Amino acid sequence: MEARDSIGAFGQRGAARPLPSLEAPSHRYGEKLIKVLLGACALLSVVTTTAIVISLLIPTIGFFTEDNIGITEFLFGTSWAPTFQPASFGVLPILVGTLSTSLWGMMFAVPIGLASAIWLSEYASPRARKVVKPVLEVLAGIPTVAIGIFGLVFLSPLIDDIFPFMVNVPPFSAGIAGLAIGLMIVPIIASISDDAMRSVPSGLREAAYGLGATKLKVATRVVFPAAISGVIASLVLAGSRAIGETMVVLLVAGASPNLTFDPGSSVLTMTAFIGQTATGDISTGSITYDTIFAVGSLLFIITLILNMFAIRMVRKYREVYE
Amino acid sequence: MHSDGPNDERGLSQQIAVTREPEQAGEDIWAKDKVFEVNDVTVSYGKKPAVRDVTMDIVRNEVTALIGPSGCGKSTLLRCLNRMNDLIPSASVEGEILYHGQDLYGHKVDPVQVRKMIGMVFQKPNPFPKSVYDNIAFGPKVLGMKDIDERVEKALHGAALWDEVKDRLDDNAYGMSGGQQQRLCIARTMAVEPEVILMDEPCSALDPISTGKIEDLMAELKEQFSIVIVTHNMQQAARVSDKTAFLIVELDATDENRWGQLVEYDETGKIFTNPQDSRTEDYVTGKVG
Repeated sequence: MEARDSIGAFGQRGAARPLPSLEAPSHRYGEKLIKVLLGACALLSVVTTTAIVISLLIPTIGFFTEDNIGITEFLFGTSWAPTFQPASFGVLPILVGTLSTSLWGMMFAVPIGLASAIWLSEYASPRARKVVKPVLEVLAGIPTVAIGIFGLVFLSPLIDDIFPFMVNVPPFSAGIAGLAIGLMIVPIIASISDDAMRSVPSGLREAAYGLGATKLKVATRVVFPAAISGVIASLVLAGSRAIGETMVVLLVAGASPNLTFDPGSSVLTMTAFIGQTATGDISTGSITYDTIFAVGSLLFIITLILNMFAIRMVRKYREVYE
Repeated sequence: MHSDGPNDERGLSQQIAVTREPEQAGEDIWAKDKVFEVNDVTVSYGKKPAVRDVTMDIVRNEVTALIGPSGCGKSTLLRCLNRMNDLIPSASVEGEILYHGQDLYGHKVDPVQVRKMIGMVFQKPNPFPKSVYDNIAFGPKVLGMKDIDERVEKALHGAALWDEVKDRLDDNAYGMSGGQQQRLCIARTMAVEPEVILMDEPCSALDPISTGKIEDLMAELKEQFSIVIVTHNMQQAARVSDKTAFLIVELDATDENRWGQLVEYDETGKIFTNPQDSRTEDYVTGKVG
């Protein structure tokens, strides 16, 4: 009981103790410094993006003004031979080349990626998931040059044997390049969509099961739509990777600027053109130099439009829970 | 009062092979149609039993309440009745649960088929992130039913929600109040015309007014459905149910394992006014729990 008495002193707080100061004990410079540093780091990516846009724009403007290439000739011309004599700057063949390889890649990767995601999130046992998901993510980390080589020396001869129409000029083919790109982006789609689907509250699944829905209906009619914004995000990321992919197409697609969506034909993509042309020995300010940046700008604009389109899609179809 | 009248008009009664006993004139309350016969059921998660040796019959067109303190396994028991526990990989059921005489856990029984007959309303309102209409239409659509519009309207009327939502069927269900969401979930369950509706603490997330509405609704619903409700709220059990089962948490000698056990199951009036077991009396009079 003695101890109790001394604790009892708390009860008379107001009487005995002086009023504590409400002012900060120090200036907390460290905290201010950290705040500035954090802000600076966030700003860095904004500055980088701006710098890239400017460095793309200046030579691009030069391409259309000093080099005197018409915008219509560039955008709608059907012949791409910027380094030949006489040169022609119709970007359509390499634009279509990019779209073709990306399209074939997405056609392969979207169904397989989404099916994998549904399996991982709704069907796989915890043990199976524990094994499969890390393997899938390792696949996403394989250097693209390795996937390119794999496409060139393994996929291409194999598919040429089975479906000769897929490879017109062995071993190069837009379709095989697309397939290799597809292999590369399946894990992106599967992994991100799986995360999105798993974060759908289990209450929604139970509700659907409680109504007598089968597992497939629960997955496709409830979980998938509820996760659609994450799913679309995964598709956009995958699409951007496919369009921006350079090494695989450089190795597998064949580098001939053919204006065609034929998967068997060899094509040159915008990225492959840049990768192939941007070597150390081109002189700054030459037409070839400016051409690289003009193509780069176009690539940038395409990905930008794709992203904006995706954001609108997500807003429109998003099913907000809570 | 128990009445069989309205059921005969319901299409579903014909779909289920129910062997109907001739109407009994006697006073025996257990002689009515049994929906469930729970015989010596033990449910475990992994190796730990959650509820042990439960034996009880659940009667048609009545509200049966499961009450008891937290952890007594009342929700676990409820979720066995439509095989919702199948979704939890570690859960296992021993003993026998008969649904109109058929073994609910028989090896040919399809849980999806079971859940069409035995619907469920959950603790937290869980509407789909879709429109009011699509929420109700979901069940009938995935079950391939026809006349979706009619069913939606009928279910919303049934859940006393029609007047409140008829002008905003296309609005997202998440814009509704919690009480409306829960009635929407009840309507969604009704739309697939189950025979039984299981309710797992359906009012625990709701305010008293919404709770009152749902309790009123239950009194109407039992004309068409048999209802089993789990509730923390003893007054609620007293108000809405015809029969009440009281479960407690039992500890073993070492104090390490705990499981739920059925103490007493009888007519609600008896449980609350004249319980046979002193533990029931202590609980319903508020001495423990």
